[in-house]
Amino acid sequence: MLARCAAALRGRTAGSLPAAARGLAASAGAAGGEQPPAAAPTSQPSSSQEDRMDFPGGSVPFTAGMDWHGGAFAPRAPLPCYRTIDAAGREVPDAAIPHPLPRETAVRMYETMVRLQTVDVLFYEAQRQGRFSFYMTSSGEEATAIGSAAALHPDDVVFSQYREQGVIMYRGFSIQNMAHQCFGNMHEQGKGRQMPIHYGSRELNFHTISSPLATQLPHAVGAAYAMKLEQRGTVAAAYFGEGAASEGDFHAALNFAATLGAPVIFVCRNNGWAISTPASDQYRGDGIAGRGPAYGIATLRVDGGDTRAVYNATAEARRIALEQQAPVLLEAMSYRSGHHSTSDDSSRYRAAEEMRAWRARDPVSRFQRWLVDQGWWDDAADTAARQAARREVIQALEAAQRAPKPPLSTMFEDVYARMPPHLEAQRAEVLAHVAAHPDACPADIPVK
Amino acid sequence: MAATVGSSIAVQRAQPAVGCSAGRAAIAPAAPLRRPAAAVRAAQRSLVVSAAQKREMMMWEALREGLDEEMERDPTVCLMGEDVGHYGGSYKVSNGLYKKYGEMRLLDTPICENGFMGMGVGAAMTGLRPIVEGMNMGFLLLAFNQISNNCGMLHYTSGGQFKVPMVIRGPGGVGRQLGAEHSQRLESYFQSIPGVQLVACSTVANAKALLKSAIRSDNPIIFFEHVLLYNVKGEVHPGDYCQCLERAEVVREGTDVSIFCYSRMRYVVMQAVAELEKQGYNPEVVDLISLKPFDMETISKSIKKTRKAIIVEECMKTGGIGASLSAVIHESLFNELDHEVLRLSSQDVPTSYAYELEAATIVQPEKVVQAVHKVCGARGLVSA
Repeated sequence: MLARCAAALRGRTAGSLPAAARGLAASAGAAGGEQPPAAAPTSQPSSSQEDRMDFPGGSVPFTAGMDWHGGAFAPRAPLPCYRTIDAAGREVPDAAIPHPLPRETAVRMYETMVRLQTVDVLFYEAQRQGRFSFYMTSSGEEATAIGSAAALHPDDVVFSQYREQGVIMYRGFSIQNMAHQCFGNMHEQGKGRQMPIHYGSRELNFHTISSPLATQLPHAVGAAYAMKLEQRGTVAAAYFGEGAASEGDFHAALNFAATLGAPVIFVCRNNGWAISTPASDQYRGDGIAGRGPAYGIATLRVDGGDTRAVYNATAEARRIALEQQAPVLLEAMSYRSGHHSTSDDSSRYRAAEEMRAWRARDPVSRFQRWLVDQGWWDDAADTAARQAARREVIQALEAAQRAPKPPLSTMFEDVYARMPPHLEAQRAEVLAHVAAHPDACPADIPVK
Repeated sequence: MAATVGSSIAVQRAQPAVGCSAGRAAIAPAAPLRRPAAAVRAAQRSLVVSAAQKREMMMWEALREGLDEEMERDPTVCLMGEDVGHYGGSYKVSNGLYKKYGEMRLLDTPICENGFMGMGVGAAMTGLRPIVEGMNMGFLLLAFNQISNNCGMLHYTSGGQFKVPMVIRGPGGVGRQLGAEHSQRLESYFQSIPGVQLVACSTVANAKALLKSAIRSDNPIIFFEHVLLYNVKGEVHPGDYCQCLERAEVVREGTDVSIFCYSRMRYVVMQAVAELEKQGYNPEVVDLISLKPFDMETISKSIKKTRKAIIVEECMKTGGIGASLSAVIHESLFNELDHEVLRLSSQDVPTSYAYELEAATIVQPEKVVQAVHKVCGARGLVSA
């Protein structure tokens, strides 16, 4: 019992008591006052029984007043949003920039954005043409993905939700590999088993995307736990949207990471929409950033459309996570410029005016203008980059479409480490059926 | 040496083995079982040796010993769950281990089953071998999303890039008046999840030996303990013995009827067998051990011999392990059966708190005796 108390107290940061504790303390004060004054107080001089309530979770001061915090009639000011480049792409004066962007990194980031935008446009069109079944763009959120990816190390492990293809691209996942995955052909890492855009690469430390929202958040905590146990000196980075942050797994993951002291960077893409649900219907508190301090987590809200701010926020978050062996929460404010997916038409629920206003502050354009101001980029380079990207994407799509699908016989592999008898029997049955009825198997799926 | 409930002489082996010896191209087949006579002779020969190694303990101690041995052997093995660290686990399975391995490897978690299950999945994919303990199996219903969608699937959907070598364990089954929510039988719900393996231990010996194998396995294993079996006494195997996860145990060889059971129902069945022996019956009792996949080799060998099958389970009648086993037996062994498969299961009701009502919802030994009478006929007609 004593050891648990000590552990709990060690984990507390002084002065970070939630409002509810004050109410608790106030009501407990009455009970405390009824105790007989016989014994002399045995606690430390700074927390006499009269001033504070000591309980297994820590120590809180009493108050005779009834001070409500939060809620409709006692609102808190929202956490401010860190920004270093304005909507027009110009320097914000006196911005804090603990991690200045080197030219090479900045150019690499921008080039990745160009390729990402090209992939998003052309893959979306490919889906519309019926070449594969599904796609999700990340328009309006390129800076969040690539700005943060650039601040991570290759050994850091990434847990993505589904709209962070910029991260895996920055890490080196080729456009060809993306095309293979979307076509589910024999060349892709997932062996044709997942939906399009569910990328995964062990080599790039990017965990295969799993569709259910927010399940990747506790995974990231588990990975950080492994890193902490083995003292690897790396962090886990977990991405999610503001809608996914309503899931139970979000709250579990943050609470766990905080109590464990897990080196995780939680990156929330607050893009304003969860399919047709606006953020104003998703929560009542101060966004997702407002939740971090409640869990005891260092938190920063950042302009998700400002590439340099996102880069700095993530680099700083990484430093904090490693030095303090603690989680960090970043809320990147941005906008989902595209539809939720190819199965959605957002004009049904969004005002055209809103979309136009955000497109005018497109993060890629902002960063481009800033790069040009630095003398690191120009129109000719931009045109060349976009043309090259377009060629690469088109070739990749064609090559992926031509490639055969994984053979039917591989459908039963990797369910277990080694195939058990009942799956062997099922596979034999399927292959026998196809042998007897060749038309049962689509022409573009080899049987083997 | 009498085959007491809880010991299984027939499967005692001298060599330490991980999983099963090679044979078929299955997950891991076992070495062939020895006949009782040979086993008794071998047991007598090794009595001198085994007397010195004889260590009787309770099941929770056996599980703890298995856990301790595996954690010592492999630094990536860790345990996470509620009250598993300082408290040593609600059923003492990790009692005192945090003093030896530290608070990180015996991790106390906040109360969120889906949270720490997900954490286990992430840790497993990042190179650890986590054991996730549910304080009660029923609480793991909260973790179903992580178990089904991630634990079972990620090895497959990642194209084999990421493996999930987890053990998910905890007590389930009907206890003593614990109420419906603490008497869940989750093997029913988990059995159709692709990618997970289901194992149910039942004796002190197999509890330790199976847990060791489960920890070493690269598959995600759901390891079912029973809330009423933690204080059962018995002997553990000597040395580093690991039992095959995919092999059923023949508890009692017989000729009249094959009785399939698992976990606590093994004891209920053996209680009925004591009565049936007096009446002149000779039943064969098979403890399934592997609930997914079924050990069809042992099961079909038994049915081909006796031509009659009874399944005794603690799951509900609807959708239990027995329901799927019955279907598989009928499909694959129809012509080997003289009688339809009888299935003794719990009633399809939430488990009552009241003692008599609780007892009435689960299978009692008398029901097993009646079922044997039904398939074998009166007075124990032994099949030729």
